[in-house]
Amino acid sequence: MTLSLGHVVFGLDPLYLGGVGLDEVFITLLKVVVAFGLLLMSVMLMIWFERKLISDMQNRIGPSLAGPFGVFQTLADGIKLFFKEDLIPERSDRLVFKLAPYLSLVPAFLVFAVVPVGGDFNGGDGRVTIFGHDTFLQVADPPVGILFVLAMSSLAVYGVMLAGWSSGSKYPLLASVRASAQMVSYEAALGLSLVAVLLKSGSLSTNQIVSEQSVWNWNLWVTWLVPMVVFLIAATAELNRPPFDLVEAEQELVGGFHTEYSSLRFALFFLAEFMNTITMSAIIVTLFLGGPNGPDFTTVGWLSGVLWFFIKLMLFLFIFVWFRATLPRIRYDQLMDLGWKLLIPVSLGWLMLLACYDIAGDRGWNRAAVVVVTLVVMAGLAGLLVLALRAAKQKPKDAHDDTSYERKATWVT
Amino acid sequence: MNSSPVISDAVVSPGDVSRDITSDVASDAAVRCREQSAVLRIGEDDGERLEAEASANDTTMIMNMGPQHPSTHGVLRLMLEMEGETVLRSKPVIGYLHTGMEKTAETLTYLQGPTNVTRMDYAAPLFGELAFSLATEALLGLDLPPRAIWIRMLMCELNRISSHLLFQATNGMDIGAVSMMIYGWREREETLRLLETITGLRMNHNYIRPGGVAADLPDGWRDEVLGLIDKLPARLEEFDALLTGQPIYRERLQGVGVINSAECLALGVTGPILRSTGYAWDLRRDMPYLAYEKLDFDVVVGTYGDCFDRYAIRLNEIRESIRIVAQILDQMPAGDYRVQDKKVTPPPRVRIDESMEALIHHFKIFTEGFKVPAGEVYAAVESPRGELGCYMVSDGSGVPYRMHIRGPSFVNLQTLPHLMRGGMIADAVAVISSVDPIMGEVDR
Repeated sequence: MTLSLGHVVFGLDPLYLGGVGLDEVFITLLKVVVAFGLLLMSVMLMIWFERKLISDMQNRIGPSLAGPFGVFQTLADGIKLFFKEDLIPERSDRLVFKLAPYLSLVPAFLVFAVVPVGGDFNGGDGRVTIFGHDTFLQVADPPVGILFVLAMSSLAVYGVMLAGWSSGSKYPLLASVRASAQMVSYEAALGLSLVAVLLKSGSLSTNQIVSEQSVWNWNLWVTWLVPMVVFLIAATAELNRPPFDLVEAEQELVGGFHTEYSSLRFALFFLAEFMNTITMSAIIVTLFLGGPNGPDFTTVGWLSGVLWFFIKLMLFLFIFVWFRATLPRIRYDQLMDLGWKLLIPVSLGWLMLLACYDIAGDRGWNRAAVVVVTLVVMAGLAGLLVLALRAAKQKPKDAHDDTSYERKATWVT
Repeated sequence: MNSSPVISDAVVSPGDVSRDITSDVASDAAVRCREQSAVLRIGEDDGERLEAEASANDTTMIMNMGPQHPSTHGVLRLMLEMEGETVLRSKPVIGYLHTGMEKTAETLTYLQGPTNVTRMDYAAPLFGELAFSLATEALLGLDLPPRAIWIRMLMCELNRISSHLLFQATNGMDIGAVSMMIYGWREREETLRLLETITGLRMNHNYIRPGGVAADLPDGWRDEVLGLIDKLPARLEEFDALLTGQPIYRERLQGVGVINSAECLALGVTGPILRSTGYAWDLRRDMPYLAYEKLDFDVVVGTYGDCFDRYAIRLNEIRESIRIVAQILDQMPAGDYRVQDKKVTPPPRVRIDESMEALIHHFKIFTEGFKVPAGEVYAAVESPRGELGCYMVSDGSGVPYRMHIRGPSFVNLQTLPHLMRGGMIADAVAVISSVDPIMGEVDR
C-alpha cells in the first residue's frame, strides 16, 4: 500500500484507509464546495424570487434597486444584518440561545447532500464522469438515504424549539411549544407518506429511488397521487411556511421563535428557513417527480438531468410562494386536527391500500377484488375514527362541572 | 338566553380581588372559580407579583399583548391571562394615545373644532367632523341648504367605504392572508384619492364644518365618483373569491368571538358588532339625520354574532354605501354648499378685496370665531364603527364650554374580554381585528 497524502490527511478516518486515492477525496471536496455554494446562491435567488413573485401577485413592485431587477437585495439585506447589533436578552439561556441558529442551519445544509441534482438516468444509473472518475451528482449516497432526510428535519426542530425556549420571553416560548407539537406531529404524516414511496422503490437510497422512476415512471402516479399531496402539505407544515407558519405567526406571536434574535443569528434562521424550503422541494422532486429524470433534450448527457431537476424544483418553489400569497394562516388546534385526524389516517390507509395491491399482484389474486375489500375495510375504520372523534368532542358532563370560565357556560344559562 | 350574566359580569365582584389573587398564587384554579368574569381585574403590580411568585402548580401566565404588537391596531394593550394558548381573562389597557383632545376642544373656536375631532377616528375622519358640526348647528339653530346636506352624505358614504376597506385589509392581514392587506389598501387608496380631489387631503380633511362644507364639489367630481363606484363592485367580488369562501378563513372566523344582542346592549355596543347579532340598529335608518330618510338602503345584519358575521357585514355595507352613493349622484341638488348666515359664514373672497368691513368680518370669524347660544346638545351619527356622538355644552362664548365625543371604538372595546374568553391567542387576534377599534378615537 503506497502512502499518499490522502492517507496522511484522512488517515484517521477508517473509511479512507482502504485504498481511496487523493482524486476521490478531491472530487468529494469539490462536490461539497459546489453544493454548498450552489445552496447559498440559490437561497439568495429564492428569497429574491419569492419577494418578486409575491409582489407581482399583490400588485406591487417588490425589490428593484439593488442590482438588475433587485437580484442583490438579499445580499444587501445580509450585509445589513451582519452589521447590526447582536443582542442577547438578559433573561436568555446564553449558550442555548447562541447554539440554536446553528442547530437549524446545519441540518438544512446536510439534507441537500443526499439529493441527486442531475445525472443520466435514461438507461444509466445516474453516473457521470468527472476527471475520469465515475460519480453521482450528489454529495453522498448513503444506504440510509431518505431516513437521513427525516433525521435531519427532526433535528432542525430543535433549532426552532430551543431558540424559542432559550429566549426567556413569552412569545418565543409559545412559539417553541407550537414548534415542538407541530413539527413532531407532521413528521409522522411526512414519514407515512414517504413509506408509500419506499414500498414502490424498495430502497432507501435516493439514487436508487430516482433510478426506479426511470423516464416517466414517476412515483407521483405510481403511488396514485395521494402520498405526494400528503407529503406536500406535511412538508409545508414542517417548513413552517404559510399557511402553517404558526411558529413565526407575526400577527400573533410577533415573529415567534426569532422575536428576540437580531443581527447574524437572525440571518442564520432566515437562511435556514429558505434553505429548508429549497431542500424540501428538492426532496419532493426526488421522491415523487423522478428527480433529474426526463427525456434527454440536450447533447450533453448530464445537462438534461440537471435542467429537468431545476424545472421541477422551480415548480414546487412557485407552489410554496403561491401558498403564502393566497392562504390565511390556520389556527393551532386546527393544524393539529388536520395532522392527526386527516393526514395521518389518510396516509396510513393509502399505504395499506398500496401494500394490498402489491401483494395481490405478487400472489396473483384478483386485484380489483382486493382493492374493493381494502377500501371497504378502510371505510369501516374511517367510520370508527369519525365516531371516536365525535365522542371525543362531547365533553364529559360531570368531570368538568367547573366550566364556568368557559365561554359557553358564561353566556348561555 | 337572558342578559343577567352580563349584568353580573359588569359589576365588580365583592371583596378585595387583588389581595385574594396574591394570597392564592399557587392555586390559580381557585382564583378562576371565584372570579367568574371575563375581565382580568388585577393591577400592574399584581401582575408582576404573580410572575415573581409563580409556583410549579401554576398553569396560567399573564401575557402582555401590545402596546407594541403587530395586530393590536395601534397602541392597544391587552393583559391576557393565558393557560397555554388559551385566553382566560383579559384586560384592555388604553390611554397610550391620549392627547387630551376633548380638553383641547375647549380652547378651539367652533370653526376650528373640526380640525380637532377629525384626528380622533383617523380612518373615518369625516364622521367626527359631521357629528361636531351637527351639534354646533343644533346649538346655532341653523338650517342647512340641501346641497350641503347631500354633499355631506356623499362624503360620509365614501368615507365609510374607505374605512370598511381598511377593515378588510387589516382583517385579512391579522388572519394571515397578507395579500388581502395589499388589495384592501389599494382599493382604499383609490377612495382616498377621490376624497383628496374633493377635500384636498387624504385624511384629516376638515371638510365638513359648522354651516356646511368647506368647498363646493370640484369640476368633474361626478365622473370621478362614478369611476370609483363602477370599479369597486368587481373588486369586492374578488375579495369574496379570495376570502369569503376560503375554508381556512371561514374556519378561523366562524364561531369565534361570539356575542349576542342582549350582551351588546348591556355593554352599549353599536355598529357592525351589534348588527352582527341580528339586531338591526342603524342610526341612518332609525334616527335619520342629514337626508338619509330620502335614500333607499338596507341595514345589513348577521345571525351568529361571530367574527365572520362582522366581516361579512362590513363587506356588504360597502356595497350598500355604493348603492347610496349612486342615489346621491342622481339626486344631488344644486344651490349653495354652505349656509348664508353672516354670523357663521365668512364673506366670499371677492368681497374682501372690495370692502374693509368684509375683511374685518372675515378676520373676526377666523380669529375670535362666532358666538354660539348657551345650551347643551347631543348629536349622533352612524360612523363605520357605530354610534359616534358629540355632546356639546356652550356657555354663549366663541368656544365650547365642554365637548365630549362618544367614540364607538371606545365603547366597543369593552367587548374584547368577553369575545376573547376561552379562545386561543390566534382567536384573540381575530377578535381585535373584528372589533376594528381605532385607538385615536378610543384614547382621544
